[in-house]
Amino acid sequence: MSGHRSGNDAGTTSTPGAHAHDGESMTGAASLVRSLEAVGVDVVFGIPGGAILPLYDPLMDSPSVRHILVRHEQGGGHAAEGYAYATGRVGVCMATSGPGATNLVTPIADAYMDSVPMVAITGQVPSSSIGTDAFQEADISGITMPITKHNFLVTDPADIPRAIAEAFHIAGTGRPGPVLVDVSKDALQAVSRFQWPDRIDLPGYRPVARPHGKQVREAARLLVESKRPVLYVGGGVLKARASEELRRLVDLTGAPVVTTLMARGALPDSHPQHLGMPGMHGTVAAVTALQKADLIISLGARFDDRVTGKLSSFAPGATIVHADIDPAEISKNRVADVPIVGDAKEVISELVVAVQAENAAGRLPDLGAWWTELDSLRIRYPLGYTAPPPGEVSPQHVIQRIGQISGPESLYVAGVGQHQMWAAQFIQYEHPNTWINSGGLGTMGFSVPAAMGAKVGQPDKTVWAIDGDGCFQMTNQELATCTINDIPIKVAVINNSSLGMVRQWQTLFYNERYSNTDLHTSHKGERIPDFVKLADAYGCVGLRCERPEDVDATIEKAMGINDVPVVVDFVVHRDAMVWPMVPAGVSNDDIQVARGMSPTWDRED
Amino acid sequence: MSKHTLSVLVENRPGILARVAGLFARRGFNIHSLAVGPTEVASVSRMTVVVDVDELPLEQVTKQLNKLISVIKIVELEPTSSVQRELMLVKVKADLQTRTHVLETVELFRAKVIDVAPDAVTIEATGNSEKLEALLKVLEPFGIRELVQSGMVAVGRGSRSITDRALRSA
Repeated sequence: MSGHRSGNDAGTTSTPGAHAHDGESMTGAASLVRSLEAVGVDVVFGIPGGAILPLYDPLMDSPSVRHILVRHEQGGGHAAEGYAYATGRVGVCMATSGPGATNLVTPIADAYMDSVPMVAITGQVPSSSIGTDAFQEADISGITMPITKHNFLVTDPADIPRAIAEAFHIAGTGRPGPVLVDVSKDALQAVSRFQWPDRIDLPGYRPVARPHGKQVREAARLLVESKRPVLYVGGGVLKARASEELRRLVDLTGAPVVTTLMARGALPDSHPQHLGMPGMHGTVAAVTALQKADLIISLGARFDDRVTGKLSSFAPGATIVHADIDPAEISKNRVADVPIVGDAKEVISELVVAVQAENAAGRLPDLGAWWTELDSLRIRYPLGYTAPPPGEVSPQHVIQRIGQISGPESLYVAGVGQHQMWAAQFIQYEHPNTWINSGGLGTMGFSVPAAMGAKVGQPDKTVWAIDGDGCFQMTNQELATCTINDIPIKVAVINNSSLGMVRQWQTLFYNERYSNTDLHTSHKGERIPDFVKLADAYGCVGLRCERPEDVDATIEKAMGINDVPVVVDFVVHRDAMVWPMVPAGVSNDDIQVARGMSPTWDRED
Repeated sequence: MSKHTLSVLVENRPGILARVAGLFARRGFNIHSLAVGPTEVASVSRMTVVVDVDELPLEQVTKQLNKLISVIKIVELEPTSSVQRELMLVKVKADLQTRTHVLETVELFRAKVIDVAPDAVTIEATGNSEKLEALLKVLEPFGIRELVQSGMVAVGRGSRSITDRALRSA
């Protein structure tokens, strides 16, 4: 994925007063707080504990850093991610040593997979105790080595400002990602002279932002010559804040566009050239366009297995132009014919200029036949769903109506599973960064804390957590954080009383043997727990909707509550399934629009 | 699969060996040999990694290595344009009957005896892998009691320096 910033600018943007405390003697803890202020941090999500206690004392007096006390470190980590998605800035979370730090492992891994700029600060046992299996000791820098972009273990208070400056620089530039700074308790307590670094000097870190001109021109030449091009847009375009540039390229070329799960909203869904989402649960038009393309221009995407299906049969006739800020993504899964290393914003801008030059020289692609074929697919295989049995609520309908009633200005934050796919399919995204989810790692429980973080970052926006009954039970403790700190998110629990996606696979691939997927949250009169009572216990408003005719009124009611969080328990039809589907490890050519139903490719129309 | 020799310049900081070795392991690449040591620049260490991979995975592992913040530079050293050496210490049975033969072998391979006991000698030998393998083959019949080998170190031929260039661009 492409990152949004490069070189030595943002991520290290020091606030004007960054050097104000240079030369002052202070504890490592105070210098850490000064450092967070110097990089412009305004919110930290965390929980104190023994090893990080020294830091929490000066933190209490910071004029600019707001600390939000979460209920579980995992919630703090996902909140930092949600904040980062919603603002484009580096999210910050904080935890103590040992179990505090290990509870951050899941959100750190999530941020690593989805290239989310995040800095995690952890306390560590005193340096003299490191390696002795001391109380609450865990080698968190060792544990997170494979899931961080970089990490630091700091044992000297004089090293703290530089470590923080470098951590924010690394997290926010190039391909963004999580950086962990582990600081020993003695380093937080000892006194040293504060010195903010004048510049970042990392000889082994130089992300390339400007693409190679020749490669871009080659891509433009291929684009105007191709008969069946597809722009394959990934999350890097959003990370690079390059939606406007993308729009120019799309309008200029007339080429069809697919936006991956991580890129929903990068191009408005209403744009006529937008074919929707590709991949395992993508639209028939998007999946087929890639399969039958003669040219794929990949922008900040990474040919993930959920997009390509069986790799060897993916887009067999396509020439591949692969643009990404991370050179290691290029040719990792699918060999690129034209590799372009660079920031998506710069790549797309230069591609626009290069295509304009081709057009000026009279070279324009004729995509008429291609569009005829794709339009026919769109008409024949639109997204849709089977109506539930009479009297039962359709989960797809609920999610679609939330999107329509709350509108495209709202932010939608999903957990992982069926509800996530339906939220990706049935909510119409018109703006970038309005869709937030856990793509690469597929972290159940992401939704509530990430929505909380997003709402902190964008307090004026309506933020909907679209969650499942399984996911919701993993992280709903953060509702307490939301209520206490005036973070009025709205949670739609799409309650099918099951681990729905797993159940769907059991239906399709395991002879309807439902091993351990029944959650007892709504069927056969059981409500364990009762989500309305749970919401009430947390000081939220709890609503329930069990009849199709109440869906709109319930959503409207939730829309009207803006002083406290709202939890809506939508009790939905249990056997609803996510379609279309390309089963795991199968060729995209074998996409099914419904159970046992594959599109027919050979019709003449 | 073929063997490739990578010279990796890294920041001389704690934990870097774990970062590099861990990356090879989790991306599924097999390290054949690894040697780490200081360079003429105090802040820089140099690793020589011999890895068993095909061309395309080699490109991937190099790119992944380059993503490590502490890795400054990676150069693949071609066998023809570089000098490669390993060090071997081998303890061989050598009593009155066989000692002369063992010493002759040592002489032939331009190796050295560095320790002597009544029934054994310890031999030091340097060279490329082929030479050391050949020496071992000849010593085997006498009885090898203990064998220890370093990872390979390698340097490009000629006057150019990869450290020099890496730091100038830094």
